[in-house]
Amino acid sequence: MTTKKTVTKKAAPAKKAAAKKTMTAWDKVQIARDAKRPHVYDFIANVCSDFEELHGDRLVNDDRGLVAGFGMIDDEKVLILGHNKGATVEENMASNFGMANPDGYRKAMRLAKLAERFHNPIVTFVDTPGAYPGKEAEERGQAEAIAKSLEFFSGLKTPVVVVITGEGGSGGALAIAVGDKILMMENAVYSVISPEGCAGILWRDGKMAPAAAEALKITADELIKLGAIDEIVPEPAGGAHKNHKVACANVKKAVLKAIKDLKKLTPDELVEARYAKIRSYGNFY
Amino acid sequence: MSWFEAKTEKPQIPPAKALWAICPKCKSHFEKKVWKDNNCICPKCNYHGRLAVRERIAQVADKDSFTEVFREVSYSDHLNFHDATGAYKPKVEATIAKLGETESVVMGTCTIESHPVMLGVMDFSFMGGSLGTGTGERIARACEQAIAEKRPLIIFCASGGARMHEGILSLMQMTKTSAAIGRLKDAGLPYIAVCTDPTTGGVSASFAMLGDINVTEPKALIGFAGRRVIENTIRQKLPADFQTAEYLEKHGFIDKIVERKDMKHFLAKMLGFWGF
Repeated sequence: MTTKKTVTKKAAPAKKAAAKKTMTAWDKVQIARDAKRPHVYDFIANVCSDFEELHGDRLVNDDRGLVAGFGMIDDEKVLILGHNKGATVEENMASNFGMANPDGYRKAMRLAKLAERFHNPIVTFVDTPGAYPGKEAEERGQAEAIAKSLEFFSGLKTPVVVVITGEGGSGGALAIAVGDKILMMENAVYSVISPEGCAGILWRDGKMAPAAAEALKITADELIKLGAIDEIVPEPAGGAHKNHKVACANVKKAVLKAIKDLKKLTPDELVEARYAKIRSYGNFY
Repeated sequence: MSWFEAKTEKPQIPPAKALWAICPKCKSHFEKKVWKDNNCICPKCNYHGRLAVRERIAQVADKDSFTEVFREVSYSDHLNFHDATGAYKPKVEATIAKLGETESVVMGTCTIESHPVMLGVMDFSFMGGSLGTGTGERIARACEQAIAEKRPLIIFCASGGARMHEGILSLMQMTKTSAAIGRLKDAGLPYIAVCTDPTTGGVSASFAMLGDINVTEPKALIGFAGRRVIENTIRQKLPADFQTAEYLEKHGFIDKIVERKDMKHFLAKMLGFWGF
């Protein structure tokens, strides 16, 4: 945002376009990670009504890093799944800053199975630096939990709408980002590895993260060209953190449209179309 | 001539690397020949070292039964990727020229003690066995062919994870392989994943951990996040056997640790048990 206070409605889109042009991938990483960006509970509060959060994987734990529950988006009954970075320090700690444990992914699958039984569409909010790299996470099968999620969501017979809202961090993001319609917010990023991680390996210098961010093509406008996402959801001028209400309203509109479109398909058609989409990644056909 | 100048005529000793194999686990030194003759298995600690892809195929498939498929499917450079040391394309082309393989997994049909299968073997020397778009495509096509021909699927995994150079499309291969394997299972076919040393990152978090049974070799490294990443996160030292085959078996994510010499028969036995 510039300091100019009188921005007419007409001037705003032009200004936004100019800002977008000069914004680097690294700038977007900063916006995507901004602590004031809407978190999963902000989206739930603004997109959903009558939300009922449900807990636990029925095995060992309830992972605070991944929120799950049923609710209404207008007249659609949906299951919401989302990474929870946490809005307070206590929540940050409890949820590992949105880095989910295997228990989180298993909770997501448990409730998704239930959603499938009642034909409830699923909406996921993806915002994580990655899956939690911890000792217990490994012992409880972080790799297996993510792998199983990918297999599971690929064949699930109910619509899945994915919204990449902030940081789409590698496998930890992907585990709840397999779906029929992949939406991505304008300033979100989605990557196979964090720019810092990539810079550390290929540049042998973590400080080269801006260059890595550019090379990896992690912004929405690049990802849509690569076919990794389907639609970009516009953000208010300056980014979603400037106006949660508008950001959430845009997300709600795109999600509702996607659900309505997907509900026209039979469960078998849905799964076939999803498989065809997954098969097309990399453009070999 | 003073005494210290007398040393100029040194005998020519070949570099240590040319003579010695060092076990990466127990650090014992062996003559290269000893290591090779023992099938790349440490004579001291029984660590099962990395095998070249064609060597592995020769040890698992019945003689002359292996027919390679999808060799034409190779890497793609959708990102036009460049890093500090230059572009991705010449690097991967150099790897292809050096190894004679065109992707990090070799797929083919074969028989194992007369049981027909679709066999995949990953090649760690090909860009760290990383999961590129070509790798994912080969595995997905292999699943589809296996379904059409009613063949069980076996993949020997060896990988550091996703291939960063192919960006998001590399990540998407995790989904592609997992989805294709899901279909293979739905078609009533078994999938055996053999996690060899090392199987980590995006490969462990997709097809390597999706076996109807997951087996491994002694002392193989298997895990999702890197040891150092975890130590930096939790600020604790991890146990010495962390992310080893034995550790994973103890925690319930590996069905069985199978010695290399027993692997072929073990696979054949399971295939026969399921009637393939």
